[in-house]
Amino acid sequence: MKIQHRHSERHVLAITVDNEAGILAKIAGLFTARGYNIDSLTVADISENHAVSRITIVTNGPPQVIDQIEAQLERLVPVHRVVDLTQAGPHVERELALVKVAGKGENRVEALRLADVFRAKVVDTTTSSFIFELTGAPDKIDTFVALMRELGLVEVGRTGIVGMMRGAEGA
Amino acid sequence: MSEERSGAAILVESLVRQGVEFVFGYPGGAVLPIYDELFGDHRIRHILVRHEAGAAHAAEGYARSTGKPGVVLVTSGPGATNAITGIADAFMDSIPLVVLTGQVATNLIGTDAFQEADTVGLTRHCTKHNYLVKDPADLAATIDEAFEIATTGRPGPVVVDIPKNVQVATAPMFSGAPQRPKRYLPRIVASAEEIAEAIELIERAERPVLYTGGGVINSGPRASELLREFQKLTGAPLTSTLMGLGAFPADHPDWLGMLGMHGTYEANMAMNQCDVMVCIGARFDDRVTGRLDAFSPGSKKIHIDIDRASINKVIPVDLGIVGDCATVLDQLIEAWGSRKPLELAEWKARIAGWRARDSLAYPKRKDGAIMPQLAVERLFALTREHDPIITTEVGQHQMWAAQYFGFDKPNRWLTSGGLGTMGYGMPAAIGAQLGNPERLVIDIAGEASIQMNIQEMGTASQFRLPIKVFILNNEYMGMVRQWQELTYESRYSNSYSDSLPDFVKMAEAYGWKGIRIESEADLDAGIQAMIAHDGPVMVDCQVAKEANCFPMIPSGAAHTEMLLYGDQVEGTMDDEAKALV
Ligand SMILES: Cc1ncc(C[n+]2csc(CCOP(=O)(O)OP(=O)(O)O)c2C)c(N)n1
Ligand SMILES: [Mg+2]
Repeated sequence: MKIQHRHSERHVLAITVDNEAGILAKIAGLFTARGYNIDSLTVADISENHAVSRITIVTNGPPQVIDQIEAQLERLVPVHRVVDLTQAGPHVERELALVKVAGKGENRVEALRLADVFRAKVVDTTTSSFIFELTGAPDKIDTFVALMRELGLVEVGRTGIVGMMRGAEGA
Repeated sequence: MSEERSGAAILVESLVRQGVEFVFGYPGGAVLPIYDELFGDHRIRHILVRHEAGAAHAAEGYARSTGKPGVVLVTSGPGATNAITGIADAFMDSIPLVVLTGQVATNLIGTDAFQEADTVGLTRHCTKHNYLVKDPADLAATIDEAFEIATTGRPGPVVVDIPKNVQVATAPMFSGAPQRPKRYLPRIVASAEEIAEAIELIERAERPVLYTGGGVINSGPRASELLREFQKLTGAPLTSTLMGLGAFPADHPDWLGMLGMHGTYEANMAMNQCDVMVCIGARFDDRVTGRLDAFSPGSKKIHIDIDRASINKVIPVDLGIVGDCATVLDQLIEAWGSRKPLELAEWKARIAGWRARDSLAYPKRKDGAIMPQLAVERLFALTREHDPIITTEVGQHQMWAAQYFGFDKPNRWLTSGGLGTMGYGMPAAIGAQLGNPERLVIDIAGEASIQMNIQEMGTASQFRLPIKVFILNNEYMGMVRQWQELTYESRYSNSYSDSLPDFVKMAEAYGWKGIRIESEADLDAGIQAMIAHDGPVMVDCQVAKEANCFPMIPSGAAHTEMLLYGDQVEGTMDDEAKALV
């Protein structure tokens, strides 16, 4: 007997929650306990009085599972609302990366030139290294990191995605 | 108006405010301040159990039989971990519990302190919600919200973990309801469009079936009344899950019996062949659906459930309605208005044909050995006038109880359905007896299961609870043995109940009455003696050891592929079927 795997699609969920102890563990744990996938997860306090946080989760699964994920999340008491940005329509996805590249000579020049093309900012410099700060859609960052790999990539840190609906309406 | 009180005192006052009559608990270091506060306070009765799992199951039994939340109080570390089985059980079966656990002092949390366990972490996925209270000033509002969450929406267990220093430290205690934001707002009422769509589907049905579950019981006794009314208005035949028994009278001509793995032939066939299925407060559990791709292939499905996550979880439905069963039934009845009942003569004739298979028939014995099915039938016949509350353990005896004991009112049937926890029945009977002091409460047990919480005999003795434990003793973990027969060519690996205690002597050792029934001739007299005794009784009813529970849908099979008694059953199965459990 073999274990069967099913076709899956990628969804970005924006989740508004009460900013209380254990909420992140609760949400992350829900995903593991029920066998859902997390591709990325970001969380930060977004309200003036620090009462509410916004969590963005990128997940993937068959449509029925995505629907279950949303329902299961909504069932948690500290969760105010769950918006499936992928489902809801046009939206912006952004991620921030810090990319450290070390090298001398031609590689160094080329790294700086590419950084300019990608509108990456230099946030730290030594004579033999740069740290670039880059924001953009995740595939832009993927591409930049792939290019840097050939030019002396040392390390990458990424925030994971935050997303928001386009237009005047809030999610 | 406020006065400065300790966290423990605020907690006890909060429980009193909630109308708590009983706390099921067990003391320990991390809850001593609370126990001291309970000392001499006669407003709340503390029921001292013998193991914390017993406390949680007793609270479940109390809750399920009264409709009120059950309250548990245990110490940190092992007290909390022992209670977890009962908490998980309540989570699966949607039973409202508020579980108060002691915790080490806040400054010791995370240091591997004596009897420290991460209770909030451990119970995260088997509670509806949980809290760690770090300041006594938060206690009153937390307890207030905990009760609201446990009892409204889809009910469930809520854990409140209270560090010892929070119990000792003081905070102002206010009179009146605590002020807090209301953030839990489950959807109760269906929209008019949803109701209209449901009525439209139902009124055009030629082969409807009402498939009801524990949600109807959880919704309160009114839901059962409304269910009967709606059934009468439509004339639709009705089946129920294990958890829903009692919502509809078992002697009604349109009652199909329980459905699912050990359901009746007519119930499963009607589910398979119906054209409109109305699922009310049930959740398409795998024990109910059988093989998913063969589940009721030709029907339009309506699913009414208070938990939106239950809708489309395993079976995609045509119309999902999130709402409370009683409220939505009320709306449906109103919308049905003066319509006539459906014309279902042809459908009912087909059902009568399936019924004629007599799927609950079982072989009669001539050697005097008691068939367990007969024992349950006699128990039902002889206790019926007492309107008893029945609890069970888990195994064949549980299924026989569900099949052969006829329920006609809600809150009379307490069983561990979702988690299937052996050891549930006796503590649940204790809780039920406390909540219903005048009623006859019987745990229909197996000889293996009863040993899992046998220590609670002491609790029944101490609190003078006249519960009856009726053991269908087949000297096997019968349900395991049955599966080994079906799936593993009768290799009975570790399913024999060896070295059993003498249950009669054990009863006597605890101050109970013990009765042994060894042959069919003694059955009625034994049952009558059990009922007649004014105190706890343990009956060792020795039944035919090899009897099996039928009908049965083997794992991986469809509703139409039921095995009935007398079918050739010993054999093996392919790996796919074995893996389905
Ligand atoms: C805590 C727990 N452990 C194991 C099981 C698996 N199990 C299900 S039924 C059963 C046998 C029960 O035997 P008994 O109580 O004698 O009941 P019978 O089936 O013989 O009526 C077992 C071991 C379970 N349900 N719960
Ligand atoms: Mg047994």
